[in-house]
Amino acid sequence: MIARLALAGHAGIETLRQFGKAGILFYEVLFYPPNLRKGFPLVVQQVYAEGVLSLLIIVVSSLFIGMVLALQGYHTLAKFGASQELGPLVALSVVRELGPVVTAILFAGRAGSAVTAEIGLMKATEQLSSMEMMAVDPIRRVIAPRFWGGFISMPLLTIIFNAMAIYGAYLVGVKWLGVDAGIFWSNMQSSVEFHADVVNGILKSIVFGVAVTWIAVFQGYIAVPTSAGIASATTRTVVYGSLAVLGLDFVLTAMMIGEW
Amino acid sequence: MLKSDHLVEISNMSFRHENGKLVFKDVDIIIPRGKVTAIMGPSGTGKTTLLRLIGGQLMPASGKVTVAGESIHQLSHKKLYQLRKRMGMLFQQGGLFTHLNVYENVAFPLREHTQLSESMIHTLVLMKLQMVGLRGALHLMPNELSGGMARRVALARAIALDPELIMYDEPFTGQDPISMGVLVKLVKTLNKSLNLTSIIVSHDVQETLQIADYVYVIVDKKVVGHGTPAAITQDGSRELQQFIKGLPDGPVPFDYPAAPLVQDFLRGEEA
Repeated sequence: MIARLALAGHAGIETLRQFGKAGILFYEVLFYPPNLRKGFPLVVQQVYAEGVLSLLIIVVSSLFIGMVLALQGYHTLAKFGASQELGPLVALSVVRELGPVVTAILFAGRAGSAVTAEIGLMKATEQLSSMEMMAVDPIRRVIAPRFWGGFISMPLLTIIFNAMAIYGAYLVGVKWLGVDAGIFWSNMQSSVEFHADVVNGILKSIVFGVAVTWIAVFQGYIAVPTSAGIASATTRTVVYGSLAVLGLDFVLTAMMIGEW
Repeated sequence: MLKSDHLVEISNMSFRHENGKLVFKDVDIIIPRGKVTAIMGPSGTGKTTLLRLIGGQLMPASGKVTVAGESIHQLSHKKLYQLRKRMGMLFQQGGLFTHLNVYENVAFPLREHTQLSESMIHTLVLMKLQMVGLRGALHLMPNELSGGMARRVALARAIALDPELIMYDEPFTGQDPISMGVLVKLVKTLNKSLNLTSIIVSHDVQETLQIADYVYVIVDKKVVGHGTPAAITQDGSRELQQFIKGLPDGPVPFDYPAAPLVQDFLRGEEA
């Protein structure tokens, strides 16, 4: 009994230690930014690696999600004679929820896992240690640019996701199922509010961007420097990242619709 | 010897890993300026850990490590990084940046810490690569190099900023006889021509004794002997003799601590 209690206590302390370490890393990334002349090109490189290279998966998935949404929505709305509301249905669900959430989950799988694996491998092959011994701080040189790269990329990817999903819905709804284009767009325009819907969606994506990239860089930085250690760190990034996004989405939605 | 003649002083230092394993107990080591000092000992005695303690990457449990007169574990982040600019370290695996080619790897510390022009960096990188015989390999990526070549590139990178202190972690392991000979000579020549202080961590007894001015032997958490290579070879201590001659029997155990063999076999039968 005592042994089990001790084990539970040990696990608890270990978890708290991890949170503490993650907090310190976050603090260092935020308050010791790389200097502008050297740091800017590194951040641009990361925006390319994490953002531009994620474009394919974001564009293709958003197009299909928009198309499926229009197909499902149209048939349900048509039962009530409300198929002209297809535009608002698609736009609101994409801009408020699907855009930020699905982009963040795809981002955790595509870019987050790559960041974790890269940092973990740099640690395993003594690249981070050798950088430290060359008096170059790996947090500023390696961790911070990857964090800021993800932070910048996520809202941009979300905007692209939103636009492509709505375009996908337009293709199915208007071009295929025959909803009038004028009704589709004008109903959408009158129902979607810029601040309450679009801006709040982007705000969500910024929070998700911080959460996913923070998890990704932290998991890479503390990865056990073996092949199994890096594999499990990568998995943890995707699992924790996706769960954090879904949990935060609930909290943010509750805050934004004023129920909290 | 004057106090300022010591570049590194380790006094009464103990170190414990995060898992609680004690690695060093009250170790005293002095690294004289301008000399090649070797730290030898069987595998697993924490020789690499010792270099990381000198570089300020690990924190001792007790005692003090002083580098160039500064207590390295009490320095601020900024001062520690200032001090590290005066050190170079050659890692066992090289630690080359895999996304940069050989030229860019060697140029990395120059670009980070100096404002030199591109042509000056080019000249310096070529000079350092020429020293290790790899000027022709400057366009290769680290994954195209053999283990020995990677370590030579890492050596060129470690001396790029002309440090005062250079630490070699197992520099001779995995080198072919020619590279080994060249490296042994290179370590000695570098130390002399650049007026460096070198610390070599190794268990290659013959090669290390050839070039070291002073030797420390660490066995089982403690320094069991130190002196000039000649004194070490003639030392009567059984631990030292066993290590230097590579004898299987003696006070230094070859086997990892375990329960008696019979007990382990019987446990297998019970299962």
